[in-house]
Amino acid sequence: MIRQRLNGGEIAFRIVLSALCALIFLAIAYPLYFIVIASISDSTLVSTGKVLLLPKEISFFGYKEIFQDERVWTGYRNTVFYTTAGTLVNLLFTLPAAYVLSRREFRARRFIMFAFVLTMFFNGGLIPTYLLMKDLHLTNTPWVFILPFCVNVFYLIIARTFFESTLPSELYEAAAIDGCSHFVFFVKVALPLSKALISVIGLYYLVGHWNDFFTALIYIRDNEWKPLQIILRDILLSNQVFSGGAGTGGDSGGYAQRYADQIKYGVIIVSTLPILVLYPFLQKYFEKGVMIGSIKG
Amino acid sequence: MRPGSIFGTFKRDYQLWMMIAPAIAVIFIFNYIPMYGVQLAFRDYHFSKGLTGGDWQGLFYFKQFIDSYLFTDLLKNTFFISLTTIVVGFPAPIILALILNQIRRKKMKQLMQTTVYLPHFISIIVLVGMLNVLLSPETGIVGHIMKSIGLGHINLLASTSTFIPTYVLSDIWQHCGWNSIIYLAALSTVDPQLYDSAKIDGAGRWQTIRYIDFPALVPTIVILFILSMGNILSTGFEKIFLMQNALNLPVSEVIATYVYKIGIISNQFSYASAIGLFNTLVNFIFLFAMNAISKRVSNTSLF
Repeated sequence: MIRQRLNGGEIAFRIVLSALCALIFLAIAYPLYFIVIASISDSTLVSTGKVLLLPKEISFFGYKEIFQDERVWTGYRNTVFYTTAGTLVNLLFTLPAAYVLSRREFRARRFIMFAFVLTMFFNGGLIPTYLLMKDLHLTNTPWVFILPFCVNVFYLIIARTFFESTLPSELYEAAAIDGCSHFVFFVKVALPLSKALISVIGLYYLVGHWNDFFTALIYIRDNEWKPLQIILRDILLSNQVFSGGAGTGGDSGGYAQRYADQIKYGVIIVSTLPILVLYPFLQKYFEKGVMIGSIKG
Repeated sequence: MRPGSIFGTFKRDYQLWMMIAPAIAVIFIFNYIPMYGVQLAFRDYHFSKGLTGGDWQGLFYFKQFIDSYLFTDLLKNTFFISLTTIVVGFPAPIILALILNQIRRKKMKQLMQTTVYLPHFISIIVLVGMLNVLLSPETGIVGHIMKSIGLGHINLLASTSTFIPTYVLSDIWQHCGWNSIIYLAALSTVDPQLYDSAKIDGAGRWQTIRYIDFPALVPTIVILFILSMGNILSTGFEKIFLMQNALNLPVSEVIATYVYKIGIISNQFSYASAIGLFNTLVNFIFLFAMNAISKRVSNTSLF
């Protein structure tokens, strides 16, 4: 590469650019970093603003409390189940449908596509949907997290576009001559060629399930089925930090609040960790996913 | 299409039909049946008669909503929050993408991208929980900073004047990076020859941004802008709902949260459906209006 001569404008540009990038980086990374150090520092020092750059007087009090809290465990177990089962059902329903819609010889594809896309713009609204779930006896059951809306039309379009561009129609025709059916072609050829796509869509669905709070808010009443996000709301926002119910107030209000905050910092970490662990592995696929989607979208 | 050919192709394509049948069933049941159930907004709800069996009431529930004392406040709050989100939040990812696109060192760019996408994956509960602990005037870090620079003891989440800025800025913090991906994708399709010839013509990097990068983004910007205008009355329910408290309620009660309270909490199903439908209609009017304007002005349109 030819090293370009630096003139005044270029130098000024680089300084401004670096400053902006540093600012953006700090604005996004620091709050996250702060939560981490606050969760393992002495709560008095955190609440008086003494913990800014490094953790001080490391204490795992918050985490100890969290691991003893049965609600968190139940919520975790439920969320892991909803996320795994839900994502599997999502893929099981979405991928074959996307494959079918990518086949040009499938006559009904334009009509079906239209009917699917329409649902991105029109919906019955909260109340009719809620009453339908009630009539189907899906409320207060784990099914409500798994079955309804398990086909996301936006992801379906991404998948269809991907199949259209990676599977030339000659490929199937050649296989069909050898007696290969659509089932076999889909499982043996289409899926193995689509690992990037399956990771992207699987990740989108998975994060959606993990972070889903709305479904439980509307449809779940029993503690037994509550997912992690609802438990988080109780702890983080309704201030029901200790399972006994003592959060704030009373003589020891200020004292309890400090400990409550440490538990809050900890619970933020504990609940977000699985996503953060997955994130670096899948990050390289994000842009690909958006690119595939934006071709038609 | 030849008459009768559908059956012919059906026999040929029965495997394809079997593969798409589950998706059709799920979309039909959970998307189309509730659409049919929208008529609830025009009927009384009766437990034993189901979704569509109640007596026809016409526009009664719509009138009730328009006449209710909350109507103007709800509409004002909803408009104001979404408009602020669009005005402040819409340009942010464009600017971010233009900045990120200028980073030459690959490692550096990768690090920035990894960082700015990350908040998108945090759940709304965790985000609002973070706001609560970080902004707390007594124990939060932002509270301490504000005290030390003499801004005093303000609870940003519980004051009517700071609720909307807090809402919008935290929204930008969370989604700006993610939303910039689509612009970055558009920038990556710019023909490199354009940059080379600009350099030969002596253009600095400001000029390249102004005359090459930005124009390359315009079609994407227009489409996304129309789409966001179509959502003018659908502020994200979850975040507002979670950020609401008794003190900020005068500015934070929006149509979506009101529908939830009226419908799910107080079981006034017909009234809540009517409010929801009203909301959808307004969104549609905006979407079509923006689409028409954009067709005139820039020749770009959704449909």
